[in-house]
Amino acid sequence: MIEAELSRSVRRWCKGATGATSAAKLSGGASQETWRFDIVHPDGPIGAILRRSPKGYGAAPTRAAGLAAEAQLMQLAYEAGVPSPRVMHVLTPEDDLGTGFIMQRIEGETIARKILRDDEFAAARPRLARQIGGVLAGLHKLPQDKLPALRSRSASEEIGEFERDYRSLNWPKPVFELALRWLRDHDPGPSDETTLVHGDFRNGNLVIGADGLRAVLDWELAHLGDPMEDLGWVCVNSWRFGEIDKPAGGFGSREELFAGYEAAGRKVDAARVTFWEVMGTLRWGIMCGGMMQRFREGPDHSMERAMIGRRASETEIDLLRLLAPRGG
Amino acid sequence: MQDEPTPIELTKTVADFLRGDIMPLISGHQAFKLRVAINILDLVTRQLTQEAGSDAKEVERLRALLSMDGSVIELNRALAERIAKGEVDLATPGLAEHLWQTTMDKLAVDQPNYASYKRELGRGG
Repeated sequence: MIEAELSRSVRRWCKGATGATSAAKLSGGASQETWRFDIVHPDGPIGAILRRSPKGYGAAPTRAAGLAAEAQLMQLAYEAGVPSPRVMHVLTPEDDLGTGFIMQRIEGETIARKILRDDEFAAARPRLARQIGGVLAGLHKLPQDKLPALRSRSASEEIGEFERDYRSLNWPKPVFELALRWLRDHDPGPSDETTLVHGDFRNGNLVIGADGLRAVLDWELAHLGDPMEDLGWVCVNSWRFGEIDKPAGGFGSREELFAGYEAAGRKVDAARVTFWEVMGTLRWGIMCGGMMQRFREGPDHSMERAMIGRRASETEIDLLRLLAPRGG
Repeated sequence: MQDEPTPIELTKTVADFLRGDIMPLISGHQAFKLRVAINILDLVTRQLTQEAGSDAKEVERLRALLSMDGSVIELNRALAERIAKGEVDLATPGLAEHLWQTTMDKLAVDQPNYASYKRELGRGG
């Protein structure tokens, strides 16, 4: 039972803590897990989250930054005032919990449909597009000399990687071919500046409350690259959840997103953002194909995975809307 | 020839049973999974109903576009290759219309409630 290890762990590094309770697994495959639990403390329970690779799982997928880097990035972001959970403890072998870290749990909503529809968020919604622009600017300004070692890829290398992923699926899709050609023809070349890129900044990874954005989660795809990638990814239609006329995450307009970014002292290159939006749409489509392939080959033979495979066609219509829009 | 009822009638009756009789009895994660299962049956029912007609029209368009014959998968493979080689692009007469029609037919089966699809359907092609 994980609560026994957690209890031993928190007693060692959290002053006054007497144990851990209410542990529940939130998500994760075999190699990476997320758990929520409460630290039992005389001043009242402290909400916490454990992110870990269980014992015996060391190797992270090639694109992942790794849990140690994730912990370091979240702590840096927290210190710089970017909404992010505070990292409370980085696991050591004595914790007997595998590798990873424990962070503060931030209450709020991550389910996009609720954020975009429920009354609770009505006051926050009109401000969110501008706010996430400001947060992205803060994230892109994190001091590079303090960053952990991260992969670095240019737009051209990314196109090459997506093309390999797509070809390995053996899944002929004329619309994806068209998108790959378009990306090659519109490759903006190396970015003037390279910054930290979150890599998965979108609905689902943003904790939102009635007061607005409270935390940015899931830094596992963080890398060094073109900062416009994050602005393009958050505009991908797949994260608008029906609010298709509000490109910035279903919250608001590109103009509001860009205004928030520029008000925080950084410049937007709108053409590069569009390039990354097309790239992001194709990226999600190819990921749907990957789900289909994993469903077929096992071991995760789940219905959910099968159905995500059938969502690739959503990205095909979105690519056509971007690349071959119909009149009116 | 197989006997009746047809596969469409069979998947539909199972989906209706799960939706009407079983759904109200369960909750939590099992209810979520049941909803996914019902969505799968609904998708399969739509595909069985629409696939033959839309595939036949897709093959017809592909034959005209590529001046060759083959199964729907072979023709799609050939089109994908020609786009990859740059022999065919959006300036090619008929390509954009073909991709739009094919994609609309897919969404009608996969995700008829997807907002982009509903918007484009409203345009009336």
